[in-house]
This record gives sequence, C-alpha cells and structure tokens, in this order.
Amino acid sequence: MQDKRYPHLAASGFTLDRRRFLTGAAALGLGAGLLPGLSGRAFADGPVSGGTLRLGMSGGSTTDVLDPRTLTDWVPVNVSYQIYNGLVEIDETNQAVPELLESWESKPGAAEWIFNVRKGVTFSNGKTLDADDIIYSINLHRGETTSGIKSTLAAIADVAKVTDSQIKITLTSGNADLPFILSDYHLMVVPKDFTDWANPIGTGGYVLESFDPGVRIVTKKRDGYWKAGRAYVDAIETTVIGDTTARTNALLTGEVDVINRLDPHAIDMLKGNDAISVTRNSAGQHAVFLMNCTAAPFDDVNVRMALKYGIDRQKIIDTVLRGYGVLGNDHPIPRTSPYHADLPQRAYDPDKAAFHLKKANLSSLSVDLSVSDAAFAGAADAGVLYQAAAAKAGITVNVKREPADGYWSNVWMKAPFCASYWGGRPTVDQMLSVAYLSDASYNDSFWKRPDFDKLVIAARTELDDAKRKELYFEAQKQISDDGGAMIPMFIDYLEASASHVKGVGTHPQFDLMGQRIGEKVWLEG
Amino acid sequence: MAPAARPGWPPEPLHLLLYGSGMARFIFSRLAIGLVTLFVVSALFYLGTEMLPGDVATAILGQSATPANVAKLRLSLGLDQPSWLRFVNWLWGCLHGDLGKSLASGRPIATLLLPRLGNTLFLAACAALIAVPLALTLGILSALHEGKATDRASSALSLGIISMPEFLVGYGLIIVLSVHLGWLPSLGTVFPGMALGLRLKAMALPILTLTLVVLAHMLRMTRATILAEMAAPYVEMARLKGLDRRRIILAHILPNASGPIIAVVLLNLAYMVAGAVVVETVFVYPGIGQLLVDAVTKRDLPTVQACGLVFAIVYVGLNTGADVLALVFNPRLRHRR
Repeated sequence: MQDKRYPHLAASGFTLDRRRFLTGAAALGLGAGLLPGLSGRAFADGPVSGGTLRLGMSGGSTTDVLDPRTLTDWVPVNVSYQIYNGLVEIDETNQAVPELLESWESKPGAAEWIFNVRKGVTFSNGKTLDADDIIYSINLHRGETTSGIKSTLAAIADVAKVTDSQIKITLTSGNADLPFILSDYHLMVVPKDFTDWANPIGTGGYVLESFDPGVRIVTKKRDGYWKAGRAYVDAIETTVIGDTTARTNALLTGEVDVINRLDPHAIDMLKGNDAISVTRNSAGQHAVFLMNCTAAPFDDVNVRMALKYGIDRQKIIDTVLRGYGVLGNDHPIPRTSPYHADLPQRAYDPDKAAFHLKKANLSSLSVDLSVSDAAFAGAADAGVLYQAAAAKAGITVNVKREPADGYWSNVWMKAPFCASYWGGRPTVDQMLSVAYLSDASYNDSFWKRPDFDKLVIAARTELDDAKRKELYFEAQKQISDDGGAMIPMFIDYLEASASHVKGVGTHPQFDLMGQRIGEKVWLEG
Repeated sequence: MAPAARPGWPPEPLHLLLYGSGMARFIFSRLAIGLVTLFVVSALFYLGTEMLPGDVATAILGQSATPANVAKLRLSLGLDQPSWLRFVNWLWGCLHGDLGKSLASGRPIATLLLPRLGNTLFLAACAALIAVPLALTLGILSALHEGKATDRASSALSLGIISMPEFLVGYGLIIVLSVHLGWLPSLGTVFPGMALGLRLKAMALPILTLTLVVLAHMLRMTRATILAEMAAPYVEMARLKGLDRRRIILAHILPNASGPIIAVVLLNLAYMVAGAVVVETVFVYPGIGQLLVDAVTKRDLPTVQACGLVFAIVYVGLNTGADVLALVFNPRLRHRR
C-alpha cells in the first residue's frame, strides 16, 4: 500500500512510461561497486541447476492478466518473460541481440526489413514456431486494439510472410532502430490465433503452474527449452509484496531470494549484511522539472536558464536519492547511451542565475512549482531543496504540493511548472520523439523548434554512425540550452538479492536484469 | 420462558412472527434498521469513490492512456452512463446476488471476493479463538484482583498496546520475532492448496497482531463492566450474605454484565474483519482488505462497492447479533414492563 515507487505508475498518463527502457549501465560499471555477488569467484564455480527461485516484487495487483496487450505492471511483465519469449532481446551492453528473431537486415533507407525466424523452437503445447506465430503476435498490437504500444507500432505499414521462417516488415518511413522497437516487452510471442490468456502458451523456459494475481504466481521449468545457458532453477515463485518495508523484511528473514524497488534509505541497513547483495541499475530513468515554454514567464529562454542554474543538483541526489543517482544536464539522454552528448556539466551557480534573470529584465522572479511524490519518489523534498537553492539567486520558488491521485491527469502538462519523470527509452530517437518533437503528443514542455525536428528526423534514417552522433549531439545541445525540461538527475533502480543467488547482474533497460532474472540466475547451496 | 399453555402449532419461530412478542418485534426492527444502514453505507461508499480524482479508464490503461484508448474503454465499461444510473443498476444486481464484474480485470467480482473473504474470516476467527477467551479471563482476573499488582500490570500493558496503531505492533513483532529471532515468517502470503500447518505458521504474526490489538479493548471493557456492577445493591446484598468475591463476580455479576461484554466482543470481531486492511497490508496477507486497497487504486468501483458492502454486512450483522444476544442473556430485557 505504501510503496512510494509504484503509485505513479498506476495513474500515469504517459504512453510509455512504465516501460522505462533504460539505456546502458553495466557497460560503464556504474553498479559494480555494490555487487559483492558478482565477484569472479562466484562465476568460477559455474552455474548449477535446481531449486526454487523466490521473487518478492512490487508492481502486481488482482487485476493482472498475462495478455501481452495489457502488460503495464512489473509482476506480469516478469512472469511473462518466464513463460514467453520476445522477438529481440536487449543485452547488458544495450545491444539488440536475437531472440525468436534470429537475424535481420534492412534495405538502404531502413524502411524495408527482412527478419529470419528462429528454427527448431517449440511452444509448451508442442507446436513448432513459425512465421505465422510471429506475425500474429506483432499484429495483436496493430489495428483495432487497446495495446499500449499501438502508437509505437503505427510506424509499421505492413508485416508480411516471406517463407515459413522469414518475414518482411515495411515501415512508413525509414527507422534504423527497428530491432530496438521490436524488443518492447509487449511483443511476447504466442501461437497463431491464441487467445486463452488464463492458460498461456509460450516458448519460454517455464510454464504456468498457478496464478493467483496480486498474490502469488508459480511457474515450473519445462523440458527442452531452446536457449542454451538459461533457465537453471526448477521453479519460480513470484510473491507480490507491495509494501516496501514488508518486501525488505521478507528478504532479511530469508522468505524470498530477490526483491525489486529497494528504498534508498534502507540500503545503509543492508550494507553490513553479508548475506545480501544490492544491485544498482543506472540507466535512463530521470526526474524532470517541466517549464511550459508557451506560458509566461517560462516563454523567455533567459528565465529558463536562470531556473536551470538556480538548482543544486548534487544536493538533491545526495539527499533525496541518498547518492543513488547520476547528475543530469538538462537533456534526457543518459551517459550510458553511445549517443550521449558530453556537454559541460551545468552546476549550481546563483550568480549565473542572477545574470540570466537580469538578461530577462527581471530583478526578481517568483514561480509556483507543482510537486507530488507521484512524479518521482522524493519530488516534494526535491522541490523544497530547490526552493532553498533558488532563493540565493533571487528566485522565489513556491512549492505547491499536489495530491498524488490524479497527478498525471490534473497537473502534468497543465501546471506551467511541475515535477515529472520519464522512464528511459531504448533509443535516442524514441526518447526525443515521444517528448521533444514539436508535434509529439507528450511534448510536456511545449517546446517547439522546427530545426530540432529536422535533426531528429534526419538521424532516424542516417545509417552512418559518426554522422548520426553529430546530429544527436546537436539535438541534445539544443534541448539543454533552450528547452523547457530541467533535468536534475537520473534515478537508479535499486534491487537486492540473497547471496546464494548467483549470476545477478545489471541491465541497461529495466531492473531485475531486464525482468528476465528468472531464466538468468542460479542458486548455490 | 415459553408460556405453559402454548399450543404445538404453529412452531415457535412462526408463532412469534404471527402473534409477535417483544423479542421478535425487537429482532425484526433491528434487521430493518440494519438494511437501511446497509443502503446508506453503500450509497456513501459510492459517493466517496465518485469524488476521487481520475477515473477507472485512465487508471487501467496507465501508460497506454491515449485519448482514443480512454474513450474506447470508457464506452465499453459503461462509464458514459450517469453515475446514479450505474448505482441503481449495481444495487439491483446485488439484490439478485450478482455483484457484477470487476471493471479492471473483467472477472466476476464474486470469484475475486469469496476466496479473499474466506482468508479474512479465517484470520479473524483464529485471532478471535485466542483473543476472546484470553481477554475475558484476564478481565475477570483483573476485576478479582482490583488494584493489586496483576491488575495494574495488565492495565498498563493493555493501555500501552491499545495506544499503539496496529501497524506499529505488527512491525514491532516482525523486528523481534522474524528478523532478530527468526522464529516466525514476516510474510503472511497464503495460497490455495497450502498445507494447514504452513498456513498457520504464515498467519502466526498477523494473528498475534490482531489478538494484541483487540485484546486490550475487550479486557478493559470486561474489567470496567464488572467493577461498575460492584456498586449495585444486589452485590452489596450478596456481600452482606457473606459470599466471597470470586463467587459474587462469577455467579452474580457476570450474567448481569454479559450484555456490554458481548457487545464489545462482537464489535471487536467486526473490527477484526473490517479493520484487517492495515494488518493485511503490513503482512501481505491476501484478504479482503488488500483486495479493497487494490481496487481503490485501480478505481474499480464495483469491487470497492462489493468490499464495502461486505464490511457493512459484517458490522451491521454483528451489531444486531450483539443486541440480540444481550437480550438472550438478560431476561429483564425480554419482557416488556
């Protein structure tokens, strides 16, 4: 009931926010310091099979269904990855690697793509996977559907069968990132014409044993799983524990092996405990203070700059996140992305803030900032810290606490200055397209620049990586120096596991190893 | 109590219904008031949920809440109808035993509700089995030893616990009994097909918490009622006759004090069912309280309504029961003067 990391998901108005495609983490070793469980010794012993993995997770409720179109919460997503497979997997270095789609190539212009379907894969009902199943599974999210990724897949003009093991996807316009788009967790593969979601059939390593939504879900290993070096444990028990304290207690008392959404404030308590390892996933999830660029006084770029210099980012990270975050530089692309623009870090500077205020012909400034813990956990505290820092630059920030209930429908994109957050996206293009293009439906800073739009659209079909990097650099610089989104920090995902769980790692997309922890870890002893 | 010359036909319940008596009339009027209360409560519940910001369509869709999707879902859920009409429809369904379908998952509410209600009732029953005899015994003992060390100890302890919110009691028990001593699990997750022994072990801490929380109230009420009767003339008479304190309390006071004691016991039973929301959340016990919390966050109005109705029925039912039992135990109330 009190899980502060979750309520914002239930009432959100974002199209994609729960997906939180986080871009990169392990590659930079950001989480390595906290990972005693990942020592070389543990790996040297080699994986062993057997045992029951017990997950204690927040993000599940009585309404959960294993219908890929309705996946919106972490428990059903995690269980789905136990039972089903996806089309494309994102590995720990943020690369798109084959899953049920074995290989692919695009024609020049990146509008026509050929995908080869993996051969020799069987569903848990014995049926062999073929192109028809893949096409059916993609089409569940196209046309007449309430699927969460309908708008994303609107870029697909046609999905056609070439042979039993090959399909052709045609896009309305070129997009070099199609394999990343196909890694979305909604795109679980089921047999053609399958509709019995209470008895799911997939190609995954586990089959559903019992399903008590919002309480407990059990899956059992099945014979002949096609992935080598995966699915070690014999069974997975997923217990829904919404309360953060109860979840932490359950791990401490050994009733579960792994928990998600650890409270940063609980880490100090767990640190001295050798039986528990904490995993830190640094990725694309970020906090943002949104200024409406069409409303006074935020329509003046100097006011926006004054506000960007008037915040003490490091202090907010240290206080609100207990240090479990990464500095943001007013653009939404994390350091873990290969396209991250390494601009000089904007620091707290009351003099510069006052300077920009003067340029806007203002001697002082008073603004209302709407906050709620629905925006991100600790947003209200961050607002108060902002208030104190901005005061030194002659800026009065009036912190308005809004109810968490209905925050996304009543405050977000309505209040001219408000706290919010975005989950990361697997690609730069998706992040910029969803919230920064002039006509984006969630352009929540109401920032409109045609020259920026051109950059993003040009980068989409640019297959030359160096040129693409240049385009994205320019795009991020424009957002940082001119945009209405003030991004103080990227927020880490924290999770914890008992030390007998081996093979735990970080993931650039979402926590619990991209929600595929079930088939990746093994139990020792 | 039956009149000596009562004919064999009609049998007593029907006889009471036809010809009336103080008690029958009393029970019927109680039931009628109960039904009115139920109606008012469900209407209030409905109003309350209507006033919450946001609606079920955006809550269900979450990330996928594009305007087109929301409009489509609202239509398919019947949310385009005026709210009073939905309330009337729901009430009509309930009268026919149909609680409707969950807006969020589309499953019939009865199938969601019944197992959860079973869990909650089982938890409450286990706690009651321990708490009620314990509270009565301790209450009587306290009254027997009024002012002595045992009485003062139990007073201090029960006052202490009654002043603590139940989640604090729960967390305290978890820290001591699960985290430090490792005797009992902190998770109360139970599921169908779980062995009884394991189930009871998982439920041990929730049972203990509920017991502690309701124990104090019942104990203090038992003690206070008995002591209040002490001043009555008939007790003085008994004392003058030379009866000892134990006999006075057990044989003379207890029957007279039973009305208020039964009332407080039954109220506490009702509290254990309806108030289990907090305890169920702390221990992640899959009862009706958790279902209610889930349903509220999803704006699943029919499920919230159904849970509210169940709580109201439990409260009203046990209250009516308390009134009736008080009557049974106290002959003076049975006969109108």
